[in-house]
Amino acid sequence: MPEVVVSRIKKDYGKVTALNDVDLTIKDGEYLSIVGPSGCGKTTLIKSIAGVVQPDSGDVTIDGDRVTQLPIEDRGVGYVFQEIALFPHMNVYDNVSYGLMVKGAAPAEREGPVEEMLHMMNLEGYVTSYPRELSGGAKQKTAISRALTSGSTLLLLDEPLGALDLKVRTVLRYELRRLVKDLGLTAVHVTHDQEEALSVSDTIVVMKAGRIVESGPPMQLYMRPREIFTAKFLGEANFIPGTMVESKARRVKVKVNGSELRAINVETSPAVGEPCVLAIRPEFIELSKKTRKPNTWACEVAGASFVGDAIRYTLRAKDGSTLLVKAPVTGVEASLEEGQAVYATFPEGRLLVYRQPPEGLEKALSLE
Amino acid sequence: MPSLRLLNVTKRFGSIKALDDVTFEVRDREYLCVLGSTGSGKTTLLRSIAGILTPDEGEIFIDGKKANTVTPEERNAVYVPQSYALFPHMTVLDNVMFGPLAKETKRAAAEETAMRVLKLVRLDGRADALPSELSGGMQQRVALARGLASGSSLLLLDEPLGALDVRLRLELRGELRKLAKDSGFTVIHVTHDQEEAMTIGDRILVLRRGKLQQHGTPYHVYNRPERIFVANFVGNTNFLEATVKSRGKEGSTLRLREDLEVRVLDPSFEPEEAVIVAIREEKTRITPEPVGDEPNRLSGEVKEVHFLGSYIRYAVRLTNGDEVAARLPVGEAEAEIRHGDWVSISFDPADTHIYEYPTLGLPSELEAS
Repeated sequence: MPEVVVSRIKKDYGKVTALNDVDLTIKDGEYLSIVGPSGCGKTTLIKSIAGVVQPDSGDVTIDGDRVTQLPIEDRGVGYVFQEIALFPHMNVYDNVSYGLMVKGAAPAEREGPVEEMLHMMNLEGYVTSYPRELSGGAKQKTAISRALTSGSTLLLLDEPLGALDLKVRTVLRYELRRLVKDLGLTAVHVTHDQEEALSVSDTIVVMKAGRIVESGPPMQLYMRPREIFTAKFLGEANFIPGTMVESKARRVKVKVNGSELRAINVETSPAVGEPCVLAIRPEFIELSKKTRKPNTWACEVAGASFVGDAIRYTLRAKDGSTLLVKAPVTGVEASLEEGQAVYATFPEGRLLVYRQPPEGLEKALSLE
Repeated sequence: MPSLRLLNVTKRFGSIKALDDVTFEVRDREYLCVLGSTGSGKTTLLRSIAGILTPDEGEIFIDGKKANTVTPEERNAVYVPQSYALFPHMTVLDNVMFGPLAKETKRAAAEETAMRVLKLVRLDGRADALPSELSGGMQQRVALARGLASGSSLLLLDEPLGALDVRLRLELRGELRKLAKDSGFTVIHVTHDQEEAMTIGDRILVLRRGKLQQHGTPYHVYNRPERIFVANFVGNTNFLEATVKSRGKEGSTLRLREDLEVRVLDPSFEPEEAVIVAIREEKTRITPEPVGDEPNRLSGEVKEVHFLGSYIRYAVRLTNGDEVAARLPVGEAEAEIRHGDWVSISFDPADTHIYEYPTLGLPSELEAS
């Protein structure tokens, strides 16, 4: 059973550092996703595990064996990437059995595992179809089946659903997770789709500029990100700069343009008197026409857009700053019009405080 | 000022109808989003309006004038293709200024326009760079900027935010719309991203296999989907197969598999007719125990729990074997519903839509392309 350990790997492309001393352990049976903005190094990381890219330094071990110098075919991994690469002249069955054939398995020996895999992926109806006759989703399912039939228990998925249409992608991501769990595989999945990462993973790794920013279970990273960049990159968030005025255990008081807001700290609290940044997700801000609740700002509706299951409001606060709020489509919150006065309440447990990043807020949140 | 009208437009490639009898209108200064999956005909539509393709049948009117035989250059429309074609030897600024200068605008004015749109696409800092020094996403933004600065007031944008990083795409949506509105552009924006279409468009046009499926405001398309395909493609919907049991003034009673019954408001189907009931995942209520006497209460077992960020989604198998999904806002989902729990599912008859049972069966209607 594969546990993957990546230790201090470094990879430069000319002047650009793609991986900067990355350490990562992927536990046996874990479904781990890697996310981050373009150029963060996530693709180089999974390629280093696969053996497609040679790191400049550092080591990769799979199941205790040092594989850093081994080419991809000797690592026993199943590697699936965005560009679907099936053999066009072979039907689905032959594509899926290819790995076993190369290993020298006789046709009769191949039958069992191939049929089982085709059954698990609901591909039985396509056995004699050629790749050109398949939809994008069926093609990628064939590619995944092919990667797994040769007996790999470590599945490396490099944007496997990236080229597919949204609906197909959504259905397939749940199938993929089910497959990994049913077969007891270890999976590493690189994606640009954060909802995909949140919904399928046991652990998410957030990367930026060649380094791991934070990792943890999806719910933890979404609800209580330890790093301000995670709050920005996973989901959406409003950021409000302020100054710490009080800190007691996890509860803090922050001064923002004359008003005081109560929030909680996720890890280490900024010191009293120091600049800090508050963060809150748009769906956690409560809107009302009248309120006596604490932690409330009087605002004006600057814009509204209907997105189906929610309404996205842009609010303008008294100090001129803007807030993004995602409100349900029912109740008073659904009927606010541009220019209307509204109260925005920040529930204390949802308002998180972070230290003012030394490089400045804009740079810390930058995606490039 | 540009308005646009297509009348029975058909475009064939061999035996395939990329556009099949498409008729619609775009008003002056309207922002229309054309939504469809790969192969739906949306790019063909845009290229036909641009004049790069000639329809086999039907007519295209720009500003009330028949445009079928008018060359692309004379249509006063600017087409920004998905694959950005920038001049490689020119700087970003010169690429963007190309349109305004070609129209003999004074250099200072052209530069001001160019810098304004570059600022919008967050590339004012890279004005002196050559395209080869930029990432793919940045090059796409330059191409978009060039289109915006061209001086044409009919913009035809093919997946203008497609190559961008997700986060940047979200940020640029609002600004693109704002710029179009401030500048008085009429825009046709092709996308496969339903949320993008709903956020930016005044109206949405849904295409499938070259055929227009629905055309209306985002609110209308989302809340009154006229076809199963649209209900599935836009938003997240549960579909249940049913037979009409009876109908009366208050609506109809439907029979699901295994004799489960649900009530709906729509009385337009006859008893014994086979139908499909559609209900949005977010309008499907899920509670650990039955609460009060909700209408349409069913029960089932939670088969999967998916964390989606702002929502938690529960996939439930009902007692009759049908599968439905419900989603709760993450803030309200603390009631701890877990995998394997028995739960109560209910929904309001007013939140359902009823469709005639499709001739080719439900799965064929749900196929994206």
